[in-house]
Amino acid sequence: MVIYGVMILGICMFVGTAIGLVLGKLLGIDGDIGGVGFSMLILVFLTNYLKQKGMMPKTTEQGILFWNAMYIPVVIAMASTQNVLAALNGGIVALLAGIVSVVVLFPLIRILSAWAGAATSTFGDEETVPAGAQPKKA
Amino acid sequence: MDLSYKFLMELTQPRALIFAFVFVGALTWLCYQFSDKITRGRVHGSAVAIIVGLILAFVGGMLTHGKRGIADVPLFAGFALMGGAMLRDFCIISTAYGVRMEELKKAGIAGVLSLVVGTFVAFVVGVVIAYAFGYRGTVDLTTIGAGAVTFIVGPVTGSAIGASSDIIALSIAAGVVKSIAVMILTPLLAKPFGLTNPAAAMVYGGLMGTTSGTAAGLAATDARLVPYGALTATFYTGFGCLVCPSVCYIVMRMIFG
Repeated sequence: MVIYGVMILGICMFVGTAIGLVLGKLLGIDGDIGGVGFSMLILVFLTNYLKQKGMMPKTTEQGILFWNAMYIPVVIAMASTQNVLAALNGGIVALLAGIVSVVVLFPLIRILSAWAGAATSTFGDEETVPAGAQPKKA
Repeated sequence: MDLSYKFLMELTQPRALIFAFVFVGALTWLCYQFSDKITRGRVHGSAVAIIVGLILAFVGGMLTHGKRGIADVPLFAGFALMGGAMLRDFCIISTAYGVRMEELKKAGIAGVLSLVVGTFVAFVVGVVIAYAFGYRGTVDLTTIGAGAVTFIVGPVTGSAIGASSDIIALSIAAGVVKSIAVMILTPLLAKPFGLTNPAAAMVYGGLMGTTSGTAAGLAATDARLVPYGALTATFYTGFGCLVCPSVCYIVMRMIFG
């Protein structure tokens, strides 16, 4: 059943966010720390376990994959609801602080990821690139 | 004119989310056509769509002077739900399905380190730029620095240490600029800066942080990078909210008094 997949996703979200919220309370912050990150980790471990047990039929999987495929459309909608006007009205200090903090960090990607093992890092699906992951024409 | 507008609203307002689905679907189709035919695949369709989204957000802001971009235009109210934090986070979590555990383990420590480096570098950049433009108060400098971390860390820090509302607004603006800069620059800079594999994506997520920025930036670059980058990025705002009003503020007081 497709709903089982959606339910698994929802359970992961609630458990992960609960961990993030409790962590935030323990550290005295009004908000959650890495709730989405914890949810993602739980999903990885839980679905791996369920797959091994043979409890992840195609239809259950579809309930997760649907939301996975909705990611980009949701992000497009998110981009359309950003406060772009405030960003541009923030003046030169806001513009510089925002842009420079990004530009300065880009060169660090290569340095830190070399240490993270980028040389041997793969998606594990190099033969079967999912549709939409890469432009059709080179 | 007035009558047809009323009819349109009667049609769409109770179905705002569905209208958003239809509109984003049409927009996506147009942007992928543009990517394919006009740019010959050089600019990814989702990158085009995200930039068009930002333009729509600007237009929405101009028309309504609201804070939620196009979602403040009544016809597009469904965008607030479709692009809001609830569905965004739900979709981000779903991308973790099928992630390779060995990649997570391998890049785990580097991911944590990049989180720390990313937060402090962004903070320092924000402080230096604020200082260069004549800001001298420790509270003001700290708040603007925190804004360069993310647009959530800025106001959280500002209200914790008692910044004035115009400085908090400035810190939010700096954070929103950062988020937009990440969205636009990531697809352009990804290849030359080695953002092509899961390990690099985890480092990138920790360095850049801003969830909305990295979510859109990676989507426009290569969808397979999304779960790895999103995983580390989602810890960033929490970490920033933790260290900016405490460690960073204490260090700032030691330097600037």
